[in-house]
Amino acid sequence: MSAAGAPQASHPDWRESVALALVRASAARPGPLLPALHALQGHFGYVPAQAVQLLATELNLSRAEVHGVITFYDFFRTTPPGQRIVRICQAEACQAMGSAALSAHAKSRLGIDFHQTTANGAVTLEPVYCLGNCACAPAMLIDERLYGRLDAARFDALVSAEVGP
Amino acid sequence: MITVYVPRDSAARSVGADEVALAITQEAARRNLPVQLVRNGSWGLFWLEPLVEVVTPGGRRAYGPVTVADLPSLFDGHFLQGAAHPLAQGYTQEISYLKNQERLTFARVGLIDPLSLADYRAHEGLVGLQRALEMTPSAIVDAVTTAGLRGRGGAAFPTGIKWRTVLNTQAAQKYVVCNADEGDSGTFSDRMLMEDDPYTLIEGMVIAGLAVGATQGYIYLRFEYPDAWQVLNEAISTAYAAGVLGASVLGSGRRFDLEVRLGAGAYICGEETSLLESLEGRRGQIRFKPPLPAIAGLFGQPTAINNVISLATVPVILARGADFYRDFGVGRSRGTLPIQLAGNVARGGLVEKAFGLRLDELLYEYGGGSASGRALRTVQAGGPLGAYLPAAQFDTVLDYEAFAARGAMLGHGGLVAFDDTVNMASMARYAFEFCALESCGKCTPCRIGSTRGVEVIDRLLAARHKARELELLNDLCETLQHGSLCALGGLTPLPVQSAIAHFPEDFGLSPSDSLIRRA
Repeated sequence: MSAAGAPQASHPDWRESVALALVRASAARPGPLLPALHALQGHFGYVPAQAVQLLATELNLSRAEVHGVITFYDFFRTTPPGQRIVRICQAEACQAMGSAALSAHAKSRLGIDFHQTTANGAVTLEPVYCLGNCACAPAMLIDERLYGRLDAARFDALVSAEVGP
Repeated sequence: MITVYVPRDSAARSVGADEVALAITQEAARRNLPVQLVRNGSWGLFWLEPLVEVVTPGGRRAYGPVTVADLPSLFDGHFLQGAAHPLAQGYTQEISYLKNQERLTFARVGLIDPLSLADYRAHEGLVGLQRALEMTPSAIVDAVTTAGLRGRGGAAFPTGIKWRTVLNTQAAQKYVVCNADEGDSGTFSDRMLMEDDPYTLIEGMVIAGLAVGATQGYIYLRFEYPDAWQVLNEAISTAYAAGVLGASVLGSGRRFDLEVRLGAGAYICGEETSLLESLEGRRGQIRFKPPLPAIAGLFGQPTAINNVISLATVPVILARGADFYRDFGVGRSRGTLPIQLAGNVARGGLVEKAFGLRLDELLYEYGGGSASGRALRTVQAGGPLGAYLPAAQFDTVLDYEAFAARGAMLGHGGLVAFDDTVNMASMARYAFEFCALESCGKCTPCRIGSTRGVEVIDRLLAARHKARELELLNDLCETLQHGSLCALGGLTPLPVQSAIAHFPEDFGLSPSDSLIRRA
């Protein structure tokens, strides 16, 4: 994530030379696959399908191993997200403070369900399980920025500020 | 020059600390007042965040919760001189929530600029490491053992015994791994420590390296903590530049290298063997034990794998002595526990106290009861795999054994409070849902049993004759408990069965139902 800098407004197209440089920058480290995937997703916004063969070749793994890792971890995406990713906490402490109602509001405000992206490509909505903000619940992340003490009005204000009305 | 503190902790930022900090600077400039702004860590008084402090001759005075809209009246009311104001909380150290704590691991949290190594040194930082450098590895392990430190990640295994095993296992390369995959809901002490006093963790890991003979450390951090990622990386780079890390730790000629690795959203990677698999670049599936990670851990080498708080407690043990630390606490639970008050509680935050406090003292005297103003109905202790305790058990003492005696688990010290609007059947269902979502898939009871659990709960709720479904649920829980390879499947029955035992009415059951299993 942060390895590739601030979240980008739009995601760059696949370029093998860029991907190769990112993967090779991680290849010398022990256990390089997760750092390499973070670097790729940090740059491209997701892990493009073309990266699987490249990772396998560079890191001396089978494509199945690479695919297995990408699909095991919820954070890694195989499709481009919207310009912003909004992650609303679903865990118990946030439930105790109304995260179910907040999530329902978010879905209806954005017109999408979890794991979906708005038609204009502005927002992807994801569930997340604990952001460590349990004393200021309910909480969410917009990209890498944490927010707490949310209710429907504050959600609308923040989402409008971040992604437009 | 007047020094003003505004926390940079992500929880404080999540409720507007950055905006308040910026507005203070601007307003001070506009009024031509000489203000120096320091971004400190959070004291963990989260209901008061953003908590602004002003340094006065008598000490730091606190104001909170401050919004940008409050600033004109704060400036007009001379808060820079520590004057009275509706948001004034008095001297920070005198706030009763804080004053009555026993902060050992969190001694510097809130007090200092987290990234200032000079601040860190000025407040007893690196004293423990200096001591450790003069000791034999075995003496360091002895100190940690004598102190009675037990794994703060939740399992409460004695840290010294784990380290002794790594020390006694011969290998060319050993590792220290910090488990910073704090995924339990209701817990945030790891996050706070990493964001608000990162050098303590670094120092603890270097000492661990000296103790067990490891020269490489990894911090496995969850992606959900982007602020901690930034702070840790910056702190590590400062520590290298200052010679705290690298080829010659504090000029001793002994090496310790440290790197942060990012997880990718898998709760199971908080389980130590899954974490090691993930660090090695694989799916986070758990490993069979034995061998223990202490004997064959990361890359097959002896590995001391410990929770953030366990490692961050080592410096104070070395600095003040094992006896000093051991003299806090009760029974076999020695020292202090950073307790996290969360969920539906009026004053949520971090309370570091010696073991031995009662749950109701925490919930009412510290927490101030529910945030909603309604009656508290239950508390889930120890994360999503912990039991739900009813109000009748709020007299439980915070001590690993006292919780275990009631069929509950103290775990990482996270307490999530719920008011009387909670539906315990939906919480029980959620426990299975979460297990299904996060199961690594390696063992059948957890992989399949979690999904069957959701279905059985749905049938139990819908059924008119509930005995059959309840019996099935009990069987399923027994299978999970005894047949799972790790705590995810093994402990998921705990929240489920405690919810049924203590709140049968939420499941349409009668309290006298003979099939209700009691802890």
